[in-house]
Amino acid sequence: MTDIFGLLKGKPGDSDYEHKGVIVQGITGAYGSLHAKQMIAYGTNIVAGVTPGKGGQKFEDKVPIFNTMKEAVDATNAKISIVFVPAKFFLSAAKEALESGIKLLVAIPEHVPIRDTMKVLDLANKKGAIIIGPNTPGIMIPELIKIGIMPPMPFKAGKIAVLSKSGTLLYEISDALTTSGFGQSITIGIGGDPVNGTRLIDAFEMVKDIPDMEGLVIVGEIGGDSEEILAQRIIDTGFNKPTVAYIAGRAAPKEKRMGHAGAIVMGNYGSAESKVSMFNKANIPVAKRPAEVPVLLAGKIRLE
Amino acid sequence: MQLLEFQAKELFREYGINLLESISSTNIEDGRKHAKKLGYPFVIKIQVPVGGRGKAGGIQKCQNDDEFELKYPQVMDLTIKGEKARAILLEKMADIKKELYLSIFLNRSKRCYTIIASAEGGVEIESVKNQIIKEVGLGDVSDELAKEVAKEMKLEGKTAEQFIDTLKKLSKLTIEKEAELVEINPLAIMQDGSVMALDGKFVTDDNSNFRHDELQKYQEKTANEVQAEKSGFSLVELDGNIAVVGNGAGLVMSTLDMLSDNGGKPACFLDVGGGATTESVYEALTLISRLPRVKGILVNLYGGIVKTTVVAEAFLQAYENNLIDMPVFSRLKGTESEKAKEMLRGSRTKIFDSVEEAINAAVMGIKK
Repeated sequence: MTDIFGLLKGKPGDSDYEHKGVIVQGITGAYGSLHAKQMIAYGTNIVAGVTPGKGGQKFEDKVPIFNTMKEAVDATNAKISIVFVPAKFFLSAAKEALESGIKLLVAIPEHVPIRDTMKVLDLANKKGAIIIGPNTPGIMIPELIKIGIMPPMPFKAGKIAVLSKSGTLLYEISDALTTSGFGQSITIGIGGDPVNGTRLIDAFEMVKDIPDMEGLVIVGEIGGDSEEILAQRIIDTGFNKPTVAYIAGRAAPKEKRMGHAGAIVMGNYGSAESKVSMFNKANIPVAKRPAEVPVLLAGKIRLE
Repeated sequence: MQLLEFQAKELFREYGINLLESISSTNIEDGRKHAKKLGYPFVIKIQVPVGGRGKAGGIQKCQNDDEFELKYPQVMDLTIKGEKARAILLEKMADIKKELYLSIFLNRSKRCYTIIASAEGGVEIESVKNQIIKEVGLGDVSDELAKEVAKEMKLEGKTAEQFIDTLKKLSKLTIEKEAELVEINPLAIMQDGSVMALDGKFVTDDNSNFRHDELQKYQEKTANEVQAEKSGFSLVELDGNIAVVGNGAGLVMSTLDMLSDNGGKPACFLDVGGGATTESVYEALTLISRLPRVKGILVNLYGGIVKTTVVAEAFLQAYENNLIDMPVFSRLKGTESEKAKEMLRGSRTKIFDSVEEAINAAVMGIKK
């Protein structure tokens, strides 16, 4: 099982405990530099950036820039990278990172061809690495480490794990949770693509044994069947922490891609009804509105 | 994108998959010429990007000129599941012994391509019985595997040979064109034992478009949708009267859901995207102003990286230029939302504290 907290925090006594180094691929691009700054401001330990041709320079007069991932990893020994390159260059950037020893790769770009994602996953499997995304807002332990593009305001440290396919709904629902007094132990952006490096079910496996977890929130959307599979896993494992789901796209027309490449209902495959009915089967209430999530969660926790 | 049958068959032909003779047309004059060339009997098939054509009367047999003159316009005028005919395909009649099912699709949850085959085809996949399912990684089907599938389907002799050949070609097509789904249903066994693709379905991965110029002629998007894509936001046109605008696909879908729950009818799904600027939002408003039927706009923003003030500025410019003269109901939260609300105070934009209140006001304020 993937020890995601081990990767993100390390163990007490490690010299880099709660201070894990992160490399930013594409740190000099408009998007990459904006978010590198914001991650640094949040407290994430950005140890290096990579932009071919800009090796030797410094980002914000502080973070060394390298030409290749190999140089960056050799110099910093970091195991985590976040990728901001344009979608058509994602395959080569991710390959380079995995070949250089990266164990957790957060893939921000939207519009990555599915075939490229599948090739990267193949390599990641061989290397024992984890891919978050593509088309993800990222992953974070609130108030400790943010590897992604999420704004800081909605999040607060706490004991609820949030898994979300959508970025803005992750912010919206985390905000509602925080306002209701539910901080988050970890939030994982699955991404809106048809093929995800970390599927809902994989993310569930990463968080299900967090010792002091008070609850789990699953934010899904139309397309595919990962919500159904997760609901089945929850039934099969008898997971009994208070869990609430939200599904976006009930009113979406069939056979139309709703913004996300993965958000499409084909026939009955991927429909909201199918997901809601599986969650109901697993005794997981499904909120009708984002604002209803903390209300349902509070109800579930009260029943404990 | 999803190709029409005749487009999928163009690709099948290119890859050497057996097909009956067929010709597509978009008007009856061309149809008449094709009818002469093809010779009776043949089948008239409506070309729409949805299934269930047969049941809806979109596939008709034609024995002579009289039937052709009657049925061609009838089929052309059909609307199936809201889709109008894009073209008509005339296809030679076949002498079929048996119908099979064959597809290769991207299995999202298993993250690999998967073959589904069945000796009982001709119906929708949900009702296809005795499915033979094989996972094939990135889509490559080996000779051994193709033979195994033919064997499990109890095919023999020439039929087995041609089936194996078809499966291999389908695999090549899937890989080279980066398809999400390639389906032949039915794949027919003819009286002489040969195998023919009688229908074709083909869905591509839009994210790989930049590598497939050859497929772009099949792209079917409205002028507005093309414009939206160019400007970096995504637009889906719907048939209601309230335009829904927000940032993030999930948030906009969620807003559509709540609007529909409250009896509102969305006119579009518009996600301004993560890189929204005042210019791109202004562009989005320009598109909305061109959509038919729109009586009002519902805005739901959760400002993160996209500042709500950037969006507010675009609205103010749109009001100043008289681009938008309809009511706007909005909920703004997140980055710089207090400043954005201040900017919009006294303008055409009504501001609400919650999205629920904005939706209620929009539904009440915009009747029919």
